[in-house]
Amino acid sequence: MNERLEIENLHVAVEGSEILKGVNLTIGRGEVHALMGPNGSGKSTLGYAIMGHPSYEVTAGSIMLVDADGTAHDVLEMEPDGRARAGIFLAFQRPMAIPGVRLADFLRHSVTNVRDPDRKEGQELMPMREFRGELKDKMKELSMDSDFARRYVNDGFSGGEMKRAEILQLAMLRPRFAILDETDSGLDADAVRLASESIARIGGAEMGILIITHHEQLLEHNIPLKTHVMLGGRIVESGGPELAAELHKQGYERIRKAYPEAAAAEEEMEAERRLEPAAS
Amino acid sequence: MTTTTAPAPSFNRDALEQLLADQPLPAWAEQQRRACLDRLESLDLPDRRQELWMRTDLRMFKPQAWGLRPAGDAEAPEGLLAPAFPQAEEGGVAAGGRPDYAGHFTTVNGHVSRCEIDPELSRQGVVFGPAAEVLAEHGDLLQKYWLRVIDTDSDYFAALHGAFHRGSMVLHVPAGVKLSQPIHCLAAIDDGGVDTSHVLVVLGEGAEATVLTETASCGTTGAATGFHCGGTEIVVGRGASLRMVNVQNWDRGVWHVARQKAVVHGNGRLQWTLAALGSRLSQVAQDVALVGEHAEAQVNGVMFTEGRQQLVYNTLQHHEAPSCRSDLLYKGALQDRSRLVWRGMIKVDKAAQKTDGYQRNDNLMLSAAARADSIPGLEIEADDVRCTHGATSGRVDEEQIFYAQARGLTADEATRLVVAGFFQQVFDRITIASVREALAAAIGSRIRRVS
Repeated sequence: MNERLEIENLHVAVEGSEILKGVNLTIGRGEVHALMGPNGSGKSTLGYAIMGHPSYEVTAGSIMLVDADGTAHDVLEMEPDGRARAGIFLAFQRPMAIPGVRLADFLRHSVTNVRDPDRKEGQELMPMREFRGELKDKMKELSMDSDFARRYVNDGFSGGEMKRAEILQLAMLRPRFAILDETDSGLDADAVRLASESIARIGGAEMGILIITHHEQLLEHNIPLKTHVMLGGRIVESGGPELAAELHKQGYERIRKAYPEAAAAEEEMEAERRLEPAAS
Repeated sequence: MTTTTAPAPSFNRDALEQLLADQPLPAWAEQQRRACLDRLESLDLPDRRQELWMRTDLRMFKPQAWGLRPAGDAEAPEGLLAPAFPQAEEGGVAAGGRPDYAGHFTTVNGHVSRCEIDPELSRQGVVFGPAAEVLAEHGDLLQKYWLRVIDTDSDYFAALHGAFHRGSMVLHVPAGVKLSQPIHCLAAIDDGGVDTSHVLVVLGEGAEATVLTETASCGTTGAATGFHCGGTEIVVGRGASLRMVNVQNWDRGVWHVARQKAVVHGNGRLQWTLAALGSRLSQVAQDVALVGEHAEAQVNGVMFTEGRQQLVYNTLQHHEAPSCRSDLLYKGALQDRSRLVWRGMIKVDKAAQKTDGYQRNDNLMLSAAARADSIPGLEIEADDVRCTHGATSGRVDEEQIFYAQARGLTADEATRLVVAGFFQQVFDRITIASVREALAAAIGSRIRRVS
């Protein structure tokens, strides 16, 4: 059977309030899945929970990484860096700046660890020459200026630059499973097309991809096997690429009507958020 | 304290007479010593009512426990910056090998253990060596600077240094001479040791030099005690250019008091980097006076503190002439229960129109129990100036750590990277690659996981 990322009955809470209320999703390696849903429905929470953000507490359910021979690895047992080394990648919706650290140096560390999961801290990094050569090729493929890698990680980057830097990291790390959290937001139409093409070229048969998006353009070159709709912390409906097109054009009214229970949960979560002091 | 069979000699009149007998100086310099001793005898330790000493805790400092020490048999440590200057080929300079440094000056407990200069530089008129020798021979050149740039009577430690300086290095580069290699100066002490060394660097008109000075303890425990009461005087002549680096890397039991001042003349340029990693307590005055038009000073500070270390810096950028520029950036990272104080002042005289002055202090707190104080100040008498200051204090952001972890870095690696990035801004200003690398490595090895 195919390698896969299996999410079962996942419940996730942030500071005591439950955001995900039983998510089921299986992504096979080589498959593209799209995840859509209104703001606040829990899409980014799913990405953070899969990556292991310390503020996102998994209260029930499981996330398993299953090898081709059926061996299952418990992702929830791993530290975030362990998950990265196991082949999981999250492209952040809002990547963090690390001032003073050059993107190239950051990536060299990152690539070394991910490709050699048993590397101990302090051991040699990937040889500079080899790394530079590979980085240069990848940047050329992605039509990126080579000066870009000398800039500090996301420091003073425009929204578009941040997203392109995330795609570059995806290309260098070549994970088994990638979650792309609104990698199209903040990009103009041309940039979205370029991103869509790039992701398709990087992905291929070697990568399982979950694309979180509000639009269908990013899916142009990444035709999803399935499109999932999240509402009120659950995946309420799954369909083909036509579902993405429908949601993009017509919004979520039909979905809210069809799933009144999830719509009610969404309203409740919305109300709770309003009561809290503005989150970052 | 180390145990000694006889009470250690203090900094008193007997000790001064002994020093004068051991190391005679020209009469004018001996006169300075005696005047400073008179002053010393009239002074108590600074107390916390004095503005510059308000944040310095001297309660555990016992002056009578310290005095000049014999040479002992400890060998000087390699130093943090020394690896950048490998020994010249077998036989060294004497055998005709080209050195990787222009000169070396090393002391242990104030006793000179090594003093070398590229003979080619001596032929060009560069004066270099221990003050005890050089002052006698070149008094005409040096008398107007020696202990006249810094003050020697404002407090106990200033007077102590003026009376008891020993193991001091003098460098005088004549007009137009350019040193292409750095001078390296290392002042070391053994456990319980004492260093009162002075450094005087004078650059004539249009001269250029790079001077790297460092202080370090002998031995490897990291916990040795000691007392340093030092002084640094820098004179950058018209159109001259100096890069000066001071690295303080004492063991964790050393008291460190230093008074340092640079005077920069018209069109002169100074890049002055202070780095501090060690000591139990440090009290450092770093003053820059810009005395000629279009003089420039860039001041860099790199501090890493841990344990219960307490480091206090008082900086002054004094604009005495018009159209000068000064730019100070101090960056500190604090671990454990350590404490870092920076009190900075930009002073602009009435005559110093068109001054461009800047000072900034950023601190990164690596533990909740650490404490940093930043106290910027401006004192401006001219009316056409641009003077600004800034200070920040922050923690390592957990979101940064998570982001790096999501890319496969361990939490420790991520922390190290964030801290390295924090210092990068000041490293980017230091134009000496070997110094940047040595400091980055030294800091990297000290960082533990953020608590």
